[in-house]
Amino acid sequence: MDLVTAVFWFFSAWAIGSALLCITRRNAIASAMWLVSAMFALAGLFVLLQAQFIAAIQVIVYAGAVMVLFLFVIMLLNLGETPRGWQRWYFWVGGVGVAVLLATQLVVLRGYSPQRLADEVSEMPSPDPALVFPEGRAELAAGESQGVVGVVARPLFEAYLVPFEITSVLLLVAIIGAVVLAKRRL
Amino acid sequence: MLIGESLAVSAVLFSIGVAGVLVRRNAIVVFMCVELMLNAVNLSFVALSQLHGMSGQIMVFFVMTVAAAEAAVGLAIILAIYRHTQSVDLKSINLLKG
Repeated sequence: MDLVTAVFWFFSAWAIGSALLCITRRNAIASAMWLVSAMFALAGLFVLLQAQFIAAIQVIVYAGAVMVLFLFVIMLLNLGETPRGWQRWYFWVGGVGVAVLLATQLVVLRGYSPQRLADEVSEMPSPDPALVFPEGRAELAAGESQGVVGVVARPLFEAYLVPFEITSVLLLVAIIGAVVLAKRRL
Repeated sequence: MLIGESLAVSAVLFSIGVAGVLVRRNAIVVFMCVELMLNAVNLSFVALSQLHGMSGQIMVFFVMTVAAAEAAVGLAIILAIYRHTQSVDLKSINLLKG
């Protein structure tokens, strides 16, 4: 096992452990702090998967901005220890059952390697994944000349310009909606 | 490239999020579990973007924006509900129950 794989499993264990603690803590503040920890672990995984810019905005936007909003609301409502924070037992059976079923279905994806994906997409027998998926290799190479931000910015402002502008309208709608909902009297 | 491994980790995180949504009664914790599920999906987008090009990372960018908007509106709704019922317990939100 090389170093990258070892570090990958370290961050994975960190993320899964934090996520489990996040859903089992009674105190909402403790849950939120464990979720921040899981998000930091995910940022580490993003760096290992060659997405340095996404890792940076994961820390800044998610762990920084969104979780501060959550903590702010928890503290505003003064939610401390709740006496019974759980659903009844039949929710437990249903919830854990659905989660285990979903996990076993999805963990089958563990078997996916670039070679197997290429086999399924292409009709040739045992093709080279680099030839079947040329975009990934080309854009990783482009990242070395343009920098990791440039590689994300170019398609964002060319091919995805309209969705990008719609996103800004969405944020405006969210701001107005939040103000209208949270204000006592307009 | 660690694609299969990332997809498996993403699956486990998503399932933990689903379990949290179904099991917890605190509305804010349920909301945080939804954020966890969004994060798990982001992980699979990033993993597959190594193979399919930058579109995956741009999708992650949009998912993050939508998650931020959703958090703002959702927490405002929770605040409004708290003013009504003095609680964020999902059991106490039963206005539509016949």
